Amino acid sequence: MQVSMTVNGQQRTDEVEPRMLLAHHLRDNLGLTATNIGCDSTSCGACTVIVDGLSVKSCTVLALQVEGGEVTTLEGLAGEDGELHPVQAAFQSEHGLQCGFCTSGMVMASVGVLAANPSPTDREVREGLEGNLCRCTGYHNIVRAVLKAAEAGPVAGQVPQRSQEVSA
Amino acid sequence: MSILGTRVVRTEDPQFLTRGAVYTDDLTDERLTGALHATFVRSQVAHAKVLSVDTEAAKTAPGVVAVYTAADLTDLPPLAPPFPFIAAEFERQWLCTDTVRFVGDAVAVVLTEERYQGEDAAEMVVVDLDVLPAVVGTANAAKDETLLFPAAGTNVLAAFGEPAPADFFDGCEVVVEQAVVNQRVAPVPLETRATSAVWGEDGRVTVWCTNQGAQQAKGQIADWLGIDAGLVHLVTPDVGGGFGAKIGADPEYALIAHLAKLSGRPVRWTESRSENLTSMLHGRGQDQVVKIGGSRDGTVHAYSLVTDQDGGAYPRIGVVLPTLTMLMTPGTYAFPKVHAQARVLATNTTSIGAYRGAGRPEATAAVERAIDLFAAEIGMDPAEVRRINLVPAFDEPHATPTGATYDSGDYVAALDRALEASGYAELRAEQAARRERGDVRQLGIGVSTYVEITGADNGAGTGEEAELEVHPDGTATVLTGTSPHGQGHATTWAMLASDQLGIPVEKITVLHGDTDRIPKGGGTMGSRSLQQGGAAVHQAAVELVELAKKRAAERLEANPDDLVVDLGTASLTVKGTPGVSVSFAELAAEEALLVQTTFTAAAATFPFGAHVAVVETDVESGKATVVRIVTVDDAGTIINPLLAEGQRHGGIAQGVAQALLEEVLYDEDGNPQTSTLADYPFISATELPSFELVDMATPTPMNPLGAKGIGEAGTIGSTPAVQSAVIDSVAHLGVRHVDMPATSMRVWKAVQAAQAGAQTQNGSTN
Amino acid sequence: MIPSPFDYVRVTSVDEAVAALAEHGEDAKILAGGHSLLPIMKLRLAIPSVLIDISGITDLNYVRVDGDQVAIGAGTRHHDLENSDVAKAEVPLLPHVASRVGDPQVRHRGTLGGTVAHCDPASDLPTALLALGADVVLAGPEGRRTLPITEFFLGFFETAMEEGEMIVELRVPRTGDAGWAYEKFTRRENDWPIVSAAVAHLPGGGVGVAMANMGGVVLRAPAVEAALAEGKSIAEAAALAAEGTSPSSDMHADAEYRSHLARLLVRRALTVAAGEAAPSTAESTAAA
Repeated sequence: MQVSMTVNGQQRTDEVEPRMLLAHHLRDNLGLTATNIGCDSTSCGACTVIVDGLSVKSCTVLALQVEGGEVTTLEGLAGEDGELHPVQAAFQSEHGLQCGFCTSGMVMASVGVLAANPSPTDREVREGLEGNLCRCTGYHNIVRAVLKAAEAGPVAGQVPQRSQEVSA
Repeated sequence: MSILGTRVVRTEDPQFLTRGAVYTDDLTDERLTGALHATFVRSQVAHAKVLSVDTEAAKTAPGVVAVYTAADLTDLPPLAPPFPFIAAEFERQWLCTDTVRFVGDAVAVVLTEERYQGEDAAEMVVVDLDVLPAVVGTANAAKDETLLFPAAGTNVLAAFGEPAPADFFDGCEVVVEQAVVNQRVAPVPLETRATSAVWGEDGRVTVWCTNQGAQQAKGQIADWLGIDAGLVHLVTPDVGGGFGAKIGADPEYALIAHLAKLSGRPVRWTESRSENLTSMLHGRGQDQVVKIGGSRDGTVHAYSLVTDQDGGAYPRIGVVLPTLTMLMTPGTYAFPKVHAQARVLATNTTSIGAYRGAGRPEATAAVERAIDLFAAEIGMDPAEVRRINLVPAFDEPHATPTGATYDSGDYVAALDRALEASGYAELRAEQAARRERGDVRQLGIGVSTYVEITGADNGAGTGEEAELEVHPDGTATVLTGTSPHGQGHATTWAMLASDQLGIPVEKITVLHGDTDRIPKGGGTMGSRSLQQGGAAVHQAAVELVELAKKRAAERLEANPDDLVVDLGTASLTVKGTPGVSVSFAELAAEEALLVQTTFTAAAATFPFGAHVAVVETDVESGKATVVRIVTVDDAGTIINPLLAEGQRHGGIAQGVAQALLEEVLYDEDGNPQTSTLADYPFISATELPSFELVDMATPTPMNPLGAKGIGEAGTIGSTPAVQSAVIDSVAHLGVRHVDMPATSMRVWKAVQAAQAGAQTQNGSTN
Repeated sequence: MIPSPFDYVRVTSVDEAVAALAEHGEDAKILAGGHSLLPIMKLRLAIPSVLIDISGITDLNYVRVDGDQVAIGAGTRHHDLENSDVAKAEVPLLPHVASRVGDPQVRHRGTLGGTVAHCDPASDLPTALLALGADVVLAGPEGRRTLPITEFFLGFFETAMEEGEMIVELRVPRTGDAGWAYEKFTRRENDWPIVSAAVAHLPGGGVGVAMANMGGVVLRAPAVEAALAEGKSIAEAAALAAEGTSPSSDMHADAEYRSHLARLLVRRALTVAAGEAAPSTAESTAAA
């Protein structure tokens, strides 16, 4: 079946099997491999992307369910001039990533946390990230990074608005 | 001021944070164009005779190019046991044709054009089995009633040490004995296993796979396939965590390489998480008996640790883990008499391998449990009993009764710092008040001290290489045989070179994990990388400066001894003549400026520390919540505190996870109960507090950096501290021991049993 | 892991959905948020041949007052329920329990109708709906019908929904600021409950008490409710929480421990609902 969606500002129309998961669509059809798959059970959150303003686990969403929707992945988070999003910058400055596998999902979930609560406490960050697993950091510096990003203000909870481009 | 010891943020992060790393499943190498996707058909039964494997239906499924079984692999030599001391009968088949020995044992492989077709086709392979009794648990295995390998005549894969002499505890006023479980856990790197392979026209195979050391993985794959190592080119892409479970290669990687040859197409394989949780290596899995004896004044006279290690179905690294446990048996303590003994048993479960700490956390958990039990028995504060028995501060090597030689340490200082930072006295007062009031939420305080061995693995004897080259454009390249998968070597190794040369870290590229480019290397495991690979980079930089001085001396018409490095300009200047200088880049423009060197560490190093864990336990439900973790982790000189702290954080969390939550479970028929991350309770952010880290640095003389390993320390210290804190939180209710993971049900039942006046031996009251 | 192949039908009205259900028969499944269905399809524990995606039905996502009830569209996502001002004012138990489901990403997709239709014995929102004595509104080929939720949940993943029917609305009483509580006991914060207890003081008197994971389906605690009605103390009533239940023994808890937790959590929930204690939270008093 055909599915159309806007991904990181680009309008995309592709042919997919009905069972194609959004995560595989992003990775295999659109080449956006920052989004990782870490489990089978909607548990790890590595595949988290933003769909229509809300964080979702793209391994548990069919590509077809996002028909007409707007998707932002890690690749679409930095500014068009390459400037890091406040959450990305804070993950670097606070050493919020090690192996990097959870990072894409963790960053996107963190944007979601800050969208819902622009000035969270340590505990609120932990609760907001309860659906994202990390084996490397013990979460300590991830929490620090989200708290640091919050200092940037409301922009830390927003994804960039892009002028729409159309491509095949 | 030197860049060393400063908090340099990682140079690898911008890519990780904007485009993502490139893991094995992300590869877009053109040689992989048209690659087939492999899907394993795995046994759903723990132990059975294989009667038949019918692949006919699967071969007709959409997209199927081939289905392979053991019958197609007659060219391959069998998988021999990994260590010469293991009987040859404990042999593994690439794909099972006679017997399956665990749920997840591979039976067939399906190759399909598309990723999604593999699972559909794999379901159509019909495996006919004659089910045998399953062996689960070491006690069951030790009975030797059902044998995994009848030809071997036993389930004992290996045995180490002798029983303790009958008079071992003679003269002790108090002797306490306890069975202790150090449960099986799953390493769960977030990236599952993955590989890709393609054969070139030159007859060589290129294998990409996620691993902790390309050179070792390459050697294993060549050995297993029975081909010359020169025919294997192994490339390690970015790696999404290892934690010991990705040391070397797995047979699947070699098999995929072989199937790429048989099919004549490139082949890719990425396992699912369920596959990972059932068929990747697990960690720990020891059943221990600790026995400790001493005087009522708090002095321990004798300590014994007897271990049954679960080896899983096929011998892997797990077989040698108990030797590390035995080596580290006395831990930080100056016990006069120490005994250790172990054996390894085959069971119908996936094999045991290394997991963060690999044999040492098990030793620490045992001795810390023993000290606590001893302290409880004599009614003395457990911190005080530790202080009485700790090895006093030393800077000359300290030999232990189990054969280790500790390099440097001040265990009493570590304990004191941790106690002070935690406000130990105040915590005890708060605990007493809550006990007095009979609060529902009781406080538990757990103290641990630890010492571990790092940098003791391969490479320690043969050295670790580094290559450093400065380019005419002022950049530099470091080649290393270590294998980062989150540790940040690209940054730290660049710091080590920058420290000598003055070239900014952003201009230094660190390369690893390509065996054609870097033929030798020990990889990253056992907390060895900085003290061996990092020290090699340091040595290379020192040697490069010497080389550059010789060349510059001619050019500047000066004595090499009169030249000094100007770090600000990455150049050499003549002492006292600031205007006369030549940069490393200029020298590189004249002639390649490159050094290749091998650093051989004098010996292993022994990081140490002390942890204090504070838990609150809801005594009505038994649920313990960690509220504070205070740690002193002394790993000698710290090169990048930001990254060293990150290693401690991650380690601490994995220790808390083992103490409180995580356990791989099989039912009595060997069916995995924790085969998804919905069932396996991987620790999440909500179950952890932020950590309180205390600095302490006692340099080692074993390498010029003064650095010891830091990768595993956090886990080793936090596991027993948290377990101890949980037990301590209900000690006033009569509980002496609760096994890990100290789940709410276990704690509640221990309290019920204690309150009922029953003995709480073994803790596993469920 | 990926689902078995299926056909996909997108509908934009309840009538279309019901027609599609009739057309495709028993192998068709309704897809809303997909957070109950897709995970079991990935594990191939469910292999429907047709999925009917109802997320395009715009008038299934609402929370509104309707007479003496609050009506909630079956397509209302947990996140929307959690943040609904109407729900917070009229039936605060429900948005609170919605906030305890899974994790934020799950709440952004999962729907109330989906979790009710799935009928998992460990499910949070069905437990709350049961305590509230909700009504389930179904649409089918014969039109609409309303069932009390006690008659809707039949057993282990089994409901009174007939072939060709779908849930379109849940209706709960307007409890306002009457007492309520939800006590959820988990290993990790975002896990399914090992046991949970929901308590709601209901309009017209009476206290609804329901529990998750004390049997094959979410359960009311009639003995507790009756004891309270007779004027027994909270402690006396809560002691009866496990009566008539048949909790399972699994790796998380055995039946004895579950029964203990039921008594403990019901006592705590009743106490909180009566205004006599603060709710239990994972956050420790000493952690701050």
